[in-house]
Amino acid sequence: MSDTVDATNTPGEKSGPVLAADGTPLKRSLRRALRRQKMSALLLIAPLLIFILITFIAPIADMLFRSVENEIVQDTLPRTTAILETWDSESGSIPDAPVFKALYQDIFIAQERKLHTRLGSRLNYELTGASSLFRKSGRGVGDIGEVYQDQFEDMNAFWKKGENWNDILGSDAWLAEIKSWKKSSGQAQPPFELRADIAEILPETAAFYKIFADFTQNEKNSNLYKKDPWELIYSSFYDDLTGANAARIDTYTGPGAAELSEAKTAAASFETVDYKVAFGDIDKDWVKMPIWDTIRAYSPRFTNGYFLNAVDMQKSEDGPELRPENQRIYYTLFMRTLFMSSVITISCILLGYPVGWILANLPARTANLLMILVLLPFWTSLLVRTSAWKVMLQQQGVVNDTLVWLGIVADDSRLALINNQTGTIIAMTHILLPFMILPLYSVMQTIPPSYLRAAKSLGATNWTAFWRVYFPQSVPGIGAGSILVFILSIGYYITPEIVGGTTGTFISNRIAYHISSSLNWGLAAALGAILLAVVLGLYYAYDKIVGIDNVKLGG
Amino acid sequence: MKFTTTLLATSALIGAGTFAFADAHGNMANEMTLVSWGGAYQASQDKAYLQPYLENNPGVTGVWDESSNEAVAKLRAMNEAGNITWDLVDVVAADAIRLCDEGLAMEIDADEMLADAPDGTPASEDFGDLLVSDCFIPQIVYSTTFGYRTDMVGDTPPTKICDVFDLEAYPGKRALEKRPINNMEWALLCDGVAKDEVYDVLATPEGQEKALAKLDTIKDNVIWWSAGADTPQLLADGEVVMGSTYNGRLFSVIEEQKQPVAMLWDAQVFDLDGWIIPAGLPADRLARVKDFVKFATDTQRLADQSQYISYGPARLSSAPMVGKHADLGIDMAPHMPTDPKNATNTFLYNYEFWADYRDDIDAKFQAWLAQ
Amino acid sequence: MADTSATNAFVEFERVQKSYDGENLVVKDLNLSMPKGEFLTMLGPSGSGKTTCLMMLAGFETATHGDIRLDGKSINNIPPHKRGIGMVFQNYALFPHMTVAENLAFPLEVRKIGKSVREEKVKIALDRVQMGDFGGRRPAQLSGGQQQRVALARALVFEPELVLMDEPLGALDKQLRETLQFEITHLAHELGITVVYVTHDQTEALTMSDRVAVFENGRIQQLAPPDQLYEEPENSFVAQFIGENNTLEGVVKEIKGGTCLVQLDGGGLIEAKPINVTQAGERTRVSIRPERVEFNKDRMPEGAHTLKAEVLEFVYMGDIFRTRLRVAGTDNFIIKTRNAPDQVRLQPGQQIEIGWLAEDCRALDA
Repeated sequence: MSDTVDATNTPGEKSGPVLAADGTPLKRSLRRALRRQKMSALLLIAPLLIFILITFIAPIADMLFRSVENEIVQDTLPRTTAILETWDSESGSIPDAPVFKALYQDIFIAQERKLHTRLGSRLNYELTGASSLFRKSGRGVGDIGEVYQDQFEDMNAFWKKGENWNDILGSDAWLAEIKSWKKSSGQAQPPFELRADIAEILPETAAFYKIFADFTQNEKNSNLYKKDPWELIYSSFYDDLTGANAARIDTYTGPGAAELSEAKTAAASFETVDYKVAFGDIDKDWVKMPIWDTIRAYSPRFTNGYFLNAVDMQKSEDGPELRPENQRIYYTLFMRTLFMSSVITISCILLGYPVGWILANLPARTANLLMILVLLPFWTSLLVRTSAWKVMLQQQGVVNDTLVWLGIVADDSRLALINNQTGTIIAMTHILLPFMILPLYSVMQTIPPSYLRAAKSLGATNWTAFWRVYFPQSVPGIGAGSILVFILSIGYYITPEIVGGTTGTFISNRIAYHISSSLNWGLAAALGAILLAVVLGLYYAYDKIVGIDNVKLGG
Repeated sequence: MKFTTTLLATSALIGAGTFAFADAHGNMANEMTLVSWGGAYQASQDKAYLQPYLENNPGVTGVWDESSNEAVAKLRAMNEAGNITWDLVDVVAADAIRLCDEGLAMEIDADEMLADAPDGTPASEDFGDLLVSDCFIPQIVYSTTFGYRTDMVGDTPPTKICDVFDLEAYPGKRALEKRPINNMEWALLCDGVAKDEVYDVLATPEGQEKALAKLDTIKDNVIWWSAGADTPQLLADGEVVMGSTYNGRLFSVIEEQKQPVAMLWDAQVFDLDGWIIPAGLPADRLARVKDFVKFATDTQRLADQSQYISYGPARLSSAPMVGKHADLGIDMAPHMPTDPKNATNTFLYNYEFWADYRDDIDAKFQAWLAQ
Repeated sequence: MADTSATNAFVEFERVQKSYDGENLVVKDLNLSMPKGEFLTMLGPSGSGKTTCLMMLAGFETATHGDIRLDGKSINNIPPHKRGIGMVFQNYALFPHMTVAENLAFPLEVRKIGKSVREEKVKIALDRVQMGDFGGRRPAQLSGGQQQRVALARALVFEPELVLMDEPLGALDKQLRETLQFEITHLAHELGITVVYVTHDQTEALTMSDRVAVFENGRIQQLAPPDQLYEEPENSFVAQFIGENNTLEGVVKEIKGGTCLVQLDGGGLIEAKPINVTQAGERTRVSIRPERVEFNKDRMPEGAHTLKAEVLEFVYMGDIFRTRLRVAGTDNFIIKTRNAPDQVRLQPGQQIEIGWLAEDCRALDA
């Protein structure tokens, strides 16, 4: 097919390529013309395509991504999770001191950024109590660092002042700039630069000071030069002074070299902090296994935890396992949602088919009038319609009153028609019925009455004619209506919430709860993803069994 | 000549005045979007806070958005989108804590941002313990309590919370909220747990089982509600004998609609409602909101609100100023959940506890409901 | 008019009336009787009641009054599926969800005929319409002509004695229509079935039928074999409706013996054969077929009446020439002449004289 083959054919031969008027091979010029057509068609629909991609697919993709996304743990506790990787969780003993030190550093930074409570909420989904544990720890970490801060400051007031710290840690060029900078000038604050070699002399201090400087300058928008450092800087300073590299401090000759040397000597006899004990004092949960197991289990950037939760499972030492029976709920709800959606779909078929038939066989004018009646419910608010069912179906409601008045039901045994599955099925069948009638009607309209006549003339009884000839031709309408009704009802949550009581609620009610109330969007996304997969699976099954070309929304 | 001088002097004065005005208000936005619950409650806020504020500040406009019941999710979505359209949001205290934890609400320095009491008591003392979160500005104290049909309970109306669990003495349906909070506490109280031990017991799996077992005894007779308006309606229709809801809703059923309903003041759960300021507001809008909040939460304004709705003001100093209902002309104090006669046996919502246990107990509660 | 006394009648309509709205009669007092094996066509303009008659016979409409009999038995109260009448519909009405073979098997199936017999019969029926290779196809995969053949086969497969066809060839192009016209008549005669055929195409009616019933305004205007219908129309509607026809209006001057004299409104006195005029003074329409008019003096039949005419238009149509003339005040007088080597081609504006035999000129109702 390639045009090189065509072009290499010797011209003049009868088998050579057909040429267009200008001498180019016909195939090539045809292809060019078609391509141009396709391009311009694509350009025409491009805005719409982009619009749909951005507004339709991107948010759904983003939401589904949340069902596995779990970066918050690693982002908030980077040092802790890094060290925890080497911790043997099966040893049965809680992690060692270095982990607690890292935890202190992580939580300190997180609480300054107000991120620790967010992590607490996240982990609370997995471990009850994590929320207050992190809130408390956020308040507590300040006290831990104060131990060193106080000792340094008591030793020499030099260490109190932010200027002195900056003089030691900042580069000379930066210091010159920051000293002449004024906030009121409106110019951007010169970004902090570390003094050369200081990262080797005071590695820990320098590293955390950089974080502090970045936070102060960019998030707090305060003048770093005047800002007194965090407690965390003091504890890391102590670590540097007493650490393996302490000897190199003597090589330092910059500003404050004398104070630094003095501090190094003094630090050796400082009171120290046992981070493990300190966290145990904040909350004894820190010296128990569950929180560490949880942090470790949810350290990775991606997790299957939400999906496990969505199918009533949880992580455990030995891999995923079923949750305790008194916490299993989603399987029941999924099954109930599918079951009730099917019942609603079938009710809609049973009620909608005769209506569609009548509409399709009436003269156009009458049919249009009746069609308005079918569509009327669309013109009323969903809440109003659902609340109307409440008035109708409740025990002192219209239906029960009528039944009692007719003597069908005794006054003391009124029927429970609402706040249960019955209520949901009745109200949702009513609300979704038009979605069944419309496709049925438009498909039935296209079935000429002559088919039924032909069948009868061939000897079929009314029933056979209907069942063998009319019904099969209306199946595409039933298919389209059923898909619409089924999928709509799977996602409905307002009506079940109002009339469903406890036995008539759907999985979507839980999704709504997690989206708007518990803020567990990851779990909501996982439930949504499963629901989507189930619907796609059913759609696939439908395609296999009935054939998707057998779905028609109209003629 | 003289005329010209006067003119010049006047314009100079006007100019100076304008300048002064611009200096004080120059960096404040002139529009505010306030979020609340709609209905009578929002109306009371409008009358007591917003309208007086707008009168004092001509040129400023305030818009209400009735989105408080989904404020947490919406604020999170706004925050992620980086476009916060709300300036001040009315939420219950539990939501405020959650928003604060999530970094979606701004932290408040009560003494700096809120007005002192008329006698000079700093705001942090005047609000006292009700400042349950760093981000929360309390406004009202409300309670979740039971109302019952006076014509359906025979000659001995219920007086104790445990009458709710007594199907023999009070047959019929009850309306309870479709969530564990409050219900679990009441169940334990009526299962013989002492009031100060309720949360300790509820923290244990056994305690949770115990509470659910108690609720199980009336499960078949419960209609579960999820909107505050449900119980008043169910009571008015005679669908339930008794039901829990917010005391202000019951007040309106009893005093405004004159339904045969009475209130059961026992073990009612005290809860708070108030403002939060969304985190990350631009400076001009923040300045306007701070100005409004300082005005709207002062002693007089909080007392004013109780003319329109039967919720107690969150400031100690406002309590003596509670007067009569603006339309009905009845004394409001006896209808306040904070009134000593009503508050003989109250129960204080434990925010910390529920922040921790909400997810866990809710899962168990929903599983139990679905059984 | 219609023959109701036939004793061997297979299909009979007796005083049948039909009204849909209770005010207007769509079918007025219909009497019709057909012997077994006849091919009868109901011809008429739309709205003339022919399709209603067919639907009453099929059982899809009920007669408001009167009796319809099939093989001597009244079928008024027999539902359509028990009448055993084959029917071919205007748009074929082949079931789109079934294959061709399934379509054909359908009437056999509902008659509970065993599978092997069924397959045999379907095969024969398909072969009969040269569609033997198409049994596995869906109707949508067939051309219009093929669908029509299948519809025919389906109507015949259960061996009905009476087959109704409701404008079955209406949607086909001319050439295909002619082929199928021939095939249908051939099949009908070969199988000896009785056919009631509805059409508004007079050529179709003339070429296919044993007898044609011309419908107008709810009545049968004439029921006769094609040649008789064409040559001896009994009233001016039939004369006008069947084939091309020239009409001259006038008043009967005198009737004597087999001829009458008619004074034309546009001037001129002509001789005609009185058909439904009974006395002098009556108004009449005189009908003459275009091909019976002669203008060539050499060929003018003996004793022909002549009228003066002016040529208005000459149309060359291949096998014939069609010339429009102004005669006796009317501009619409057509003559047709065979395209023969010695034929004269008239020129517009030419003054000629035309004439015809008195027996070809029928004085009908006004």
